[in-house]
Amino acid sequence: MGERLTTSTLLVTEEDEKKHEIIGAKGEGKELTKEEKQRLRKEKKQHKKNKKDDRGPPEKEKEKEKASVPAPSKPATQSPAHKAAPVPVNASASESPVAAEKPAKSKAELRAERRARQDSERASKQGKKEGGQQSTSSKPKATPNELQPVVKRLPDHVQVDDPVALKKLAKKLERQQVPLRSDYGYKVSLFSHLHQYSRKNPPTQQISIPVTVIHPSIVRLGLQYSQGIIAGSNARSVALLHAFKQVIQDYSTPPNEELSRDLVNKLSPYISFLSQCRPLSASMGNAIKYIKKEISNIPSQCKEEEAKRILQECIDSYINEKIILASEAISKYAIEKISDGDVILVYGCSSLVNHILCEAFEKQRKFRVIVVDSRPRLEGREALRRLVKKGIRCTYVLISALSYILPEVSKVFLGAHALLANGYVMSRVGTSQIALVAKAYNVPVLVCCETYKFCERVQTDSFVSNELDDPDDLIVTRNGKTHLENWQTVKSLGLLNLVYDVTPPDFVDLVITDLGMIPCTSVPVVLRVKNVDQ
Amino acid sequence: MNESIILFIPLCSQIREDPDVASAVAAIRSLLEFLKRDQSETILGLRENQTKAIQRLEETDSSVAVSSGGELFLRFISLTSLEHPDLSQCKNVMIERGELFLKKISLSRGKVGKLCHTFIKDGAKILTHSSSRVVLKVLENAAADNKRFTVYVTESQPDSAGKLMAQKLHNLNIPVTVVLDAAVGYIMEKVDLVIVGAEGVVESGGVINKIGTYQMAVCSKAHNKPFYVVAESFKFVRLYPLNQQDVPDRFKYKADILKTVKDLNQEHPMIDYTPPSLITLLFTDLGVLTPSAVSDELIKLYL
Repeated sequence: MGERLTTSTLLVTEEDEKKHEIIGAKGEGKELTKEEKQRLRKEKKQHKKNKKDDRGPPEKEKEKEKASVPAPSKPATQSPAHKAAPVPVNASASESPVAAEKPAKSKAELRAERRARQDSERASKQGKKEGGQQSTSSKPKATPNELQPVVKRLPDHVQVDDPVALKKLAKKLERQQVPLRSDYGYKVSLFSHLHQYSRKNPPTQQISIPVTVIHPSIVRLGLQYSQGIIAGSNARSVALLHAFKQVIQDYSTPPNEELSRDLVNKLSPYISFLSQCRPLSASMGNAIKYIKKEISNIPSQCKEEEAKRILQECIDSYINEKIILASEAISKYAIEKISDGDVILVYGCSSLVNHILCEAFEKQRKFRVIVVDSRPRLEGREALRRLVKKGIRCTYVLISALSYILPEVSKVFLGAHALLANGYVMSRVGTSQIALVAKAYNVPVLVCCETYKFCERVQTDSFVSNELDDPDDLIVTRNGKTHLENWQTVKSLGLLNLVYDVTPPDFVDLVITDLGMIPCTSVPVVLRVKNVDQ
Repeated sequence: MNESIILFIPLCSQIREDPDVASAVAAIRSLLEFLKRDQSETILGLRENQTKAIQRLEETDSSVAVSSGGELFLRFISLTSLEHPDLSQCKNVMIERGELFLKKISLSRGKVGKLCHTFIKDGAKILTHSSSRVVLKVLENAAADNKRFTVYVTESQPDSAGKLMAQKLHNLNIPVTVVLDAAVGYIMEKVDLVIVGAEGVVESGGVINKIGTYQMAVCSKAHNKPFYVVAESFKFVRLYPLNQQDVPDRFKYKADILKTVKDLNQEHPMIDYTPPSLITLLFTDLGVLTPSAVSDELIKLYL
């Protein structure tokens, strides 16, 4: 394959040239023989294997991206003359091409190659500056606009309306052998950049048996997520960590591979699969980051059994410290804020808030609780069940009655899905409404959140990044009539079932974390302190 | 243990007779003296004695400042206990650090004064509440800088501390007017800025101060006048009140009242809580802070 120079871009260019060769051949009258096709496939495989030894997935991604860009332009560029169009885009990261040995090259192919070479050389001088940035920005979750030196990466679950990003995602999932889940139903235009899945089509239907790539406990977990059997950020994180423990238990290092690198690569398709089942929560993201860090910190001379044991212990201590002990610490602080005679309002079912209230009740505090609930999830019923079982006096209302009962309330306790770096609280949809009305009535709002749910993301509205649940959940049968049954037939009708919303920090009076009681604006300080610790 | 207590109580009252010293500083000085005379054999015993001493001090003077000063002192010296295994060495290091701490905080009022007086422009009309030594220092610095300004002071019942403040300002040749507590809303349109002291700065960035401060803050917010608080950093306290009711009773009333009176509902509280949303800036010896930065500083101090 000619001289292998150190830059990946050279290999990419070779790949490009073959593509152009094929394009040229096709343009000249479909001369691409079976032999050529086979050769191409073989070379591709060879590329991949070499690249894997050198660099790993990110470059494959780049290659695929470059491969995908000439692909759509193929029908438009039948003649070799138009090859110049895709070439600058591809070649912007390429340097001087290397001559590839190909048997029986036709004259047309040679001409095409020469032209490609000239164009690429021209473009490379221009694109050399962009090239450096391009290679850093074209990571697996690259932005669609590759000509601008954008360094920020948008996660692909908020780019559903962008066909380039979708194609990239599809290619990536195909490579990882993870099934791609298709969207369902008409999406409200403001949220068309988000996925909307149906619970009736779980991604597990498309997986063949036996499953070779995805571990069965991960498949089970994915199914539990997509069907809503496991819900709530703490429950999801703990289930994820337990599944990973099982994966690590069953893992065996292949020969000539190191556990610290191979296991991380093995986890990537699992994570893609889980995010296809249901978008990852912030707490899950932090847990995954932690595990990956722990795995890559395993020293290379460590024996496999020892390494597995260390990892299991790490996961156990993470669950213990960040979730179980954290909730104990938070209850301790929160109980100081509950005085006798209080009327406490809670919304939905937060495992942490329920725990706090049960602990306070055990410590003989006299209070009563008002549980606010909302459709379609009706999670408040679960919270009500738990509290009443303890013996706490409860009242149950729907969220539409909020302004009616708020004058009675002395405090509002809310759980959180995540705390963003600018102090905004991301929680179940309806939370910001409660905080707003509570502020209007001058009722203090307390948010309880463990520090492992703090994330570096910044968001000021609920549109840019959210989750759309199954729209069919909104269909309800009352008095024997199901009104929205045929909503898909009505073209102007869209059903919106949002899962999360963000609450600005001005509405939140206090955040109780395992580090203590902090104002909402101090979240970035805690993040900074944590990063320094690590 | 008993003898030590008998030793330091007269010491404490002697220091308090010097009116220029903040009550927290006096408390810390007496705690340091107590530490020097402490006879305990273990570090744990030392800490216990210190905690008991702080409790006794709080019983005599139930202000927030004494409580915060005591806690900070304990925090400042106890970080040594892990480094030195030998008790006497440890104690010496503690005493050294205690002296250092005391020296630093005695200078803090001067630092605050220097920071704040630049915010007072020539021809300004200032409103202040009750009697605060830090505000006095700030106004003193501004006057020394040849700035012309007039001051309105509220009477601040039930102890008429405002009249004392007016007297002190008069001695500095600053034009001063005493107004009724009820006249704060009336006078607010005339003034340019409001400066008050603080007994304690809480974690949320709010302040605990003499009763009437909250009213003044609400009025100044309604008139869009800047509301400045001047406080030394040893007044930062690990409380987080959600509203007026959430401030612990032991701070609201004087110590002797807490001991003698049965039904506190009949008593007038001496302090109130001003939430951070009403405060523009806080001037401390750590610098000029916004209310949200107070939590930042506290996290640095305590975590």
